[in-house]
Amino acid sequence: MAAPGAAGGGGRSGAPAAEWGGFEDNMQGGGSAVIDMENMDDTSGSSFEDMGEMHQRMKEEEEEEAEGEAGAGEEEDGEFLGMKGLRGQLGRQVADQMWQVGKRQASRAFSLYANIDILRPYFDVEPVQVRARLLESMIPVKMINFPQKIAGELYGPLMLVFTLVAILLHGMKTSDTIIREGTLMGTAIGTCFGYWLGVSSFMYFLAYLCNAQITMVQMLSLLGYGLFGHCITLFVTYNIHFHSLFYIFWLVVGGLSTLRMVAVLVSRTVGHTQRLILCGTLAALHMLFLLYLHFAYHKVVEGILDTLEGPNMPPFQRVARDIPVVSNPVLNTTAKAIALTL
Amino acid sequence: FPGLADVSISQDIPVEGEITVPVGSHSPDEDYSTLDEPVKDTIVRDLKAVGKKFVHVMYPRKSSALLRDWDLWGPLVLCVSLALMLQGGSADSKDDGGPQFAEVFVIIWFGAVVITLNSKLLGGTISFFQSLCVLGYCVLPLTVAMLVCRLVLLAGAGTISFIIRLIVVLAMFGWSTLASTAFLADSQPPNRKALVVYPIFLFYFVISWMILTFTPQ
Repeated sequence: MAAPGAAGGGGRSGAPAAEWGGFEDNMQGGGSAVIDMENMDDTSGSSFEDMGEMHQRMKEEEEEEAEGEAGAGEEEDGEFLGMKGLRGQLGRQVADQMWQVGKRQASRAFSLYANIDILRPYFDVEPVQVRARLLESMIPVKMINFPQKIAGELYGPLMLVFTLVAILLHGMKTSDTIIREGTLMGTAIGTCFGYWLGVSSFMYFLAYLCNAQITMVQMLSLLGYGLFGHCITLFVTYNIHFHSLFYIFWLVVGGLSTLRMVAVLVSRTVGHTQRLILCGTLAALHMLFLLYLHFAYHKVVEGILDTLEGPNMPPFQRVARDIPVVSNPVLNTTAKAIALTL
Repeated sequence: FPGLADVSISQDIPVEGEITVPVGSHSPDEDYSTLDEPVKDTIVRDLKAVGKKFVHVMYPRKSSALLRDWDLWGPLVLCVSLALMLQGGSADSKDDGGPQFAEVFVIIWFGAVVITLNSKLLGGTISFFQSLCVLGYCVLPLTVAMLVCRLVLLAGAGTISFIIRLIVVLAMFGWSTLASTAFLADSQPPNRKALVVYPIFLFYFVISWMILTFTPQ
C-alpha cells in the first residue's frame, strides 16, 4: 500500500502542492515515512488541525473547480482506513515536512533579495584611495575632450552624506531651529539623503536624455564626492557666523567642487546643447543646495548682521533662544575683529 | 482511488502491523531544559551575563566574551534609559522638545545597523548580531555621561556647568569609540580599520551631541 499510496498521494496533491513549491519533491524523493495523503483529511485528533483543514479546503476547491460538485466524497474519505492511532503522528510529520519546505523557500527568497553581497564590490576601497578621491573632488580637471574616469564607489559618498547629516545637526542645534513638524534628526537625514539620491536620479535621467555616458552608480559617486565641499563650507560657517565669509566659501569651495563635477560630466557628453543643459542644471542645483543649507539652518546674530548685511537680510529667520554655548560668541568676536583689521 | 471510495471500515477495528515512522529529529527541548527552572534562575543568569559584558565595556581588554555570547538585553536597557533621560528637553513651545523617545531609539538602532552593514561590506568577519551587541553595549559610557550631565544641570546651567559637561561628554565619547573599536576593528582586514572606525566615530559623535546639547526645561 505504501508505494501506490505515496505515488497516488503525490499525484493527487499535484495542484495544491504547486502552491507549496517543492512539496512534491519532498514527498517522492525523500524519507522513509509512509504517508498516505488522503488520510490527511481527517483533522480530529491531529495536532495540526489548521494544516489538515487547509489541505482539505484546497482539495475541495480543486475538486469543485474540476468537477463542479460539492465535495461529498471528502468526508467519506476521512474515515477511510481509520488510522486513528497514527493520526497525531501523521499530522506532526506532515507539519514537520511543511515547515522544512517553507523554511527552504523562505531562505531561498531571503538569500536572493536580501543579499548584501550585491553591494560588496562598491565598498572595495582602501583608506588611501578614499583620501585621494576626497582631495581630487576639489580639483577641476582640465581635459574635457577625453572622457574622465569616475570610480563607482559608494563608501566615500555614503560617509560624506552621514558627515553632512552630523554637521547639519550641529548647525540646527546652534541655530536653535524650531522644527514644527518632524524632528531634527529626521529633517537632517531626509534633507541630505533626499538631495543625494534625488538629485543623482534626476541627473541620471537628464544624462540619459542628453546621451551622456554615465551610469547610476557613477552619478551617485560623483555627486557624493561633490558634497565634500559642502561639508567643509558648512563646518566652517556654522561655527563662525559671518556672512561674507560664507559667501566667499560658497563661491570658492562650492564653486571648485561644482566645477569638477561639471568638467567630468562635460567630458562624457557630446554636443553643445546637451553639455549646457547637464552642466547648467547640476551647477545650479549644487550651488543652490549649499545656499539653502546655510540659510535655512543658521543662527541670526544681530550685531554682525546689522553692520554687514543691511538690505540683504534673509527672509526666514529663526527665533533665537539663549543657549549655554560659550564657543560661538568667542569665535564670532574673533572673526569680527580679524575682518575689521583686514 | 475511485474504486475504493465505497469501502468503509468501522472505527473500532485496530490497525495492525509494523509501520515505522522515523521521527526526524528529537525535539531540541530535551537538550537544555531551561524551561523547567524557576524564573529567578533565568533572570539572575541573564543579569549576570549582562553585567559581565558591562564590565568588559568599561575595561576594554581584548576578550572575546562580548562577541561570543552576544545578547541584546544590555543595548536595549541602555538605549531605553538614554532615551528616557533625554526626554523633557528644553522647549519654549510644546511641539519642539529635545529629541523624542522614538527619535533616539531609531537613531541608535538604525545607526548600529548601518555601521554593521558597512563593516560587513568592507569584508568583516563579524556577524550581524555580534556587531549590534558590541555597538549597543559601548553606549554605556555615554549613558553614564548623560547621568552626570543631568546631575550637573540640577545644580545650574551656567558656563562652568557647560565646561564640565563638555569635558565629561568628550571623555565618555572617546571611551565609547575606543571600546567599540577594540572589539570591532579586529574583525577587519588590517588596512581597512580606518574605514570602519570612521562611521563608529560619527555614530557616537551624534549621540554625544544629543547629550551635550540637552537642556532641561
